[in-house]
This record gives sequence, C-alpha cells and structure tokens, in this order.
Amino acid sequence: MTLTPDPAHPAGSVARGRPLLEVRDLRTYFHVMDGVVRAVDGISFSIRAGETLGLVGESGCGKSVTSLSIMRLHDMPPAEIPTGEILFEGRDLLALSEDEMRQVRGNDIAMIFQEPMTSLNPVFTVGDQIAEAVMLHQGLSKKAAWEKAVESLKAVGINNPERRVKQYPHEMSGGMRQRVMIAMALSCDPKLLIADEPTTALDVTIQAQILELIREVQDRTGAALLLITHDLGVVAETVHDIVVMYAGRIVEQGGVNEVLLAPKHPYTEGLLASIPSKGKRGERLNVIRGTVPNPFNMPPGCNFAPRCPYAFEPCTEHDPRIEEADPPDVACWLYTAAPGISTPPRVRPRLDLIEAVR
Amino acid sequence: MTDDAMSLPPASSEDFEVALESLNQWQIAWRKFRRHRLALVGAIIIGIMVLLAIVGPIIWPYDRLDLHPPSKAGGDPPGWLRSPPTLAAPFGTDNGGRSVFVLTVNGARLSVFIGIGTTAIAVTIGVLVGSFAGFFGGRVDGFLMRFVDLMLTIPFLFVILVAARFFGAGDPIVLTLIFGLLFWPGLARLVRALFLSLREQDFVQAARAVGVSDTRITFRHILPNALGPIIVSATLLVASAIVTEAFVSFLNFGLKAQDISWGNALANSQQYQVLGNWWWAFFPGMAIALTVTAINFMGDGLRDALDPRARE
Repeated sequence: MTLTPDPAHPAGSVARGRPLLEVRDLRTYFHVMDGVVRAVDGISFSIRAGETLGLVGESGCGKSVTSLSIMRLHDMPPAEIPTGEILFEGRDLLALSEDEMRQVRGNDIAMIFQEPMTSLNPVFTVGDQIAEAVMLHQGLSKKAAWEKAVESLKAVGINNPERRVKQYPHEMSGGMRQRVMIAMALSCDPKLLIADEPTTALDVTIQAQILELIREVQDRTGAALLLITHDLGVVAETVHDIVVMYAGRIVEQGGVNEVLLAPKHPYTEGLLASIPSKGKRGERLNVIRGTVPNPFNMPPGCNFAPRCPYAFEPCTEHDPRIEEADPPDVACWLYTAAPGISTPPRVRPRLDLIEAVR
Repeated sequence: MTDDAMSLPPASSEDFEVALESLNQWQIAWRKFRRHRLALVGAIIIGIMVLLAIVGPIIWPYDRLDLHPPSKAGGDPPGWLRSPPTLAAPFGTDNGGRSVFVLTVNGARLSVFIGIGTTAIAVTIGVLVGSFAGFFGGRVDGFLMRFVDLMLTIPFLFVILVAARFFGAGDPIVLTLIFGLLFWPGLARLVRALFLSLREQDFVQAARAVGVSDTRITFRHILPNALGPIIVSATLLVASAIVTEAFVSFLNFGLKAQDISWGNALANSQQYQVLGNWWWAFFPGMAIALTVTAINFMGDGLRDALDPRARE
C-alpha cells in the first residue's frame, strides 16, 4: 500500500456539516490492583456526518478503550469515566441511562470488531444474529427480520445469501465472517460506524476487499466512520481526518494529507518511518526505539520524551497538552513555546524521511 | 451401479462452497458421539432402563401382598420361598415368593424417577444461581458463591439422613426434593466458572454492541454456549442421585419399606444374606451398577462430543 492519500477524499476542502459525534476531554481510567491506569487521559475530537476519522497509534495507546467508551461497553468498575462528554447529535451519551444507551447501540452507532473469528456466537446461524439486531431496534417480525438479514448479506457481497444466512459461523472463512459482522453492523442503518482494527486479523488479500467494502457501504449509506487502526496504509486510503494517539493522549491531529505528508510530532514521524517500503530493500527497518511507558509510572514531562530522538530540556519536565498547543493540532515542545523557552526549535529538516517513506 | 455413478451431476463449481451440509452444534456433537462405542452402549442401556421404568410395572406388576410363586397356580411346591434363579423366576424369589426380576423391574421406576427428578431440580437451581453469579459478578457473585461455599461445608450425608427422616417420612417426592436442594452447589460453581470465561468472549461484547440486554445475553447468548459441560455434569448427577437413593434407603432412612426401589430391595434382602440368598441383593445391585456405569460411559462420550475444542 502506498501512503499517497486518496485524491477522492481531499481533507479540509469538503464542505463540512456540524459534528455528528463530539468527544470532549474524555478520560477513561481503570482501577486495578496496582493502581489506576489512565488508558484515555483527556482526549477531544469530532466526526461530522458522513466523514471518516482515523484513530491511529500503537498497541496499548488507548484507541480501543476510546471506542468502547463511546459505546459505553466498559464494565464499571473497574473502569471509570471521571470527566468528559461524548456528544452524539448533541446528546451526551455518558448521561444516558443503560436502557437509553441500549437503544443507541447497534441502532445509531454500530461497531465492527477486530476478530471476526470470535465475534460471532458459535451456536447461532449468522441469520439469527443479524435478525436479532433488526428485531431489537426496528420491531420487525421474525420473518421480516430474516429477509432483512438476507438483504444485508447481499449488500456486503456474499454470494448465495439465502443459503449463507442459515449457516453457522464455523462454516465461514475469516473474510466472510467479517463481511457478516459488517452486515450486522449495517442492518439497522447506523449513523456512525466504529471499526476497531477491522482488517488486522485478516489476510492481506482480504484486507483490501474489506476496506473497499467498508468504504463502499459508507458511501451508500452516508454513515460516518471512526476507523481505528495501527496501519497507516489503511488510514491513507480511507480517512479524511486523522488523530494520532500516544499513551492515552492525542499527540497530533489534522487532515490526512497534512499529517501523513508533513508529520509534525516525532511520534507520527516515527510511525511513518517504520513502515517497510520497497525502496529500502536490504536496509534495516526503522523502528521507534523503546516501548510505550509503564502506565503506572508515566514520565513527568512529555509521555513520548524517553523515546523521542528530538527530546530537549523542556520535554522531560513539562507535559505538552494539545489544547494549549500553538500552532494547534500537535502536542510537542518543538512547536509550542515551553515554559522558559521563548522560541521553539520548530522547523527541522525531515524531508529526507518523508521522501524515504514515499 | 456404474450407471448411477456416471449419471451423478458434476460438482457445480459455482455453488460448491455452500453445497456442504450445514450442521449445527448438536448435529456435530451427535456425529462425534456416535463414534464413541462405549457411550453408545451406555445410552442404549439407559434407554432400556428408562423404558423399563415407564412400562415395566405395567407389564409385570408387583404386588407385595401376592405371596405366590409367579407362574404357579394351585399347590405351592416346596422351596418357592427365597428360591434361587429358576426358569420361572429368572432372578430368584424373595421371602414372599415374589419374583426378584419383577421386583427389579418395578424398582427401576422409583430409582430412575429420583435420579432424574433430583437432577432436574439441581440443574435448575444450579444454572440460575451460577449464571447470575457469573454474569453479574461483583457483589451478586460474592453473595451467591459464599452461600454455595456454605452449602458445601454442610456434612452432606448427615443432612440427607436427618432431613429424609424428618421431612420425608418415606415420600419419594420429598426425598427427590431433599436431594435436589442439596445437589446443586457443585453445578452452580461449574456454571459460574463457565459464565465468567464466556462473558469475556468477543461475541458477548459484540452482542452488547448491538444493544442486546444483559438478561438476554445471559440466557440467549451465553447459556447455549455453556450447555455442553452442563449436560455432562447433569448426566453424572443422575448417577450419583441413584446411588445416593440406594444407599439412603439401604440405611432405612429413605423410602418406606414397602416402596419398591433398588435401594429398598437391597435393604430388605439384607437380613437374608446369612442364609445365602445372594440373588435377592445381587440383581437389584447389578441394576444399580449397570445403570450408573452406563450413565458414566454416556457422560464420557458426551464430554468428548460436546467439547468444542475437540474438533475431529
């Protein structure tokens, strides 16, 4: 996959509607035996109707916790959402009762999971499972729901849906099960689709098909998409806007072109540089050295400072917040004036890196 | 033969991926079960026992006041009391000249009834308690499981004997209730453990993400996935209930002496053992042993058949 952003989705130039989903200062903490894990620590972003937002970062940075928080699928306790608002069409999902929230789940916001092999109930036919969602939210009869299930299997490109609908998950391949998951997610015409690493568990050949399918159904239904992935290739091809997370915080955000072609944050740069490319055959792969910090022992300054090749004095002492960033959209002392530093270093030669990635 | 083979349509390449027979979990389990020779034999024996329990007493009614040798009308030949097995009484006769065969057949009814009844009660309570504890976790779980612990600390035997004597007065239904109320804690623990692991499965998360309610998830999504192990341990529970009945009755704490069960047959024959009347105890005892062994074989087969990890 190349990193050239899709020209059909030029970021920023699309006429933008009001936000469908607005996350404000969301924090999700987990109370565990060793203390408190701040899995998501004050993030804000928004998605407009019909648009696609990519949520990117390495394992353990809080991407999935964010998506499960939006759906309110965490068990509380041990999870806790001490502050924050998740406004969906202006309604704060965090303030809804469990019954009201159930009406939102599957109906307004649907989710596609990472593991198609285990996300379907092994003892029911796929038709049963799709029909259940439809009956729950649209009050259709069993027969009508079943017809709807056939219809939605057809819509996700499954051949012979009349037969397939009566099959059990174990009779299907991973790619086909993911299609079923997508069919199930789409069966109630949600306004927002959350896809949590929808292609990670699949073969490369199937990955492209599934992404294509997600894009196609999104075009057809006009649903907004929150795409969670660690695969920047997937992001480049699919999304309008991108949010890069690191250790529970947003470190950089913006249009997909800007972020991928001119990354500002050293972490984003590192992610881009670590993609294997044809031009670098025989060379060692670039990696971001070190690992994600221990959640019980976060560094005092910037979370990324211990791994950052550009780290300088303020980074180990002061915590850059994206809300206070200037210019906005990147939480890094290379750009925002740190306390005691009048002029941030700001511009660094990095074109060589970007060139290598292309 | 050749014609038939020739006339078979060629496999249609377009449709072949869905042409396979669609099997649900029960059909797959049955396939695997069928290959388990001993389990199949066990199932057949249990089938016969259940059939005997239902129709046996109708075909060969047992009347404890009928003090005549079976098949003999008119004068009583000497030795018809406590006779060893003969053609007329293949299992021998008891101290009233009644056929031990008829006694054994009639005893199946109460023994099997108590076995199945106990299991039904224990499974209902065990599944309810276990699934609530496992799905809701937290305080509900803590409370229910401490209660289970408490139940398991009670000296089982002692309670059964005392309860059978005080509440029972020999009523088989009361005895079944007592057994059922004492047998469920083990099952509740099993169900809880199954639910604890199943509720973390992706498909439960996926069902919640679709908006399915907790109750529905518990009983519609998780329970069917836990049925395999529940069925296996329920099967084994039938066996242990039958044994427990036999032995409580043997100690004369169970059914009334005139009720006919395998355990009672053992109890009644006890005092004649010194006279060498082995058949009176042997055949009802064999019936117990055979049934329990058959149930255990079947449980074994079910365990293999219902284990989702043991795919062929």
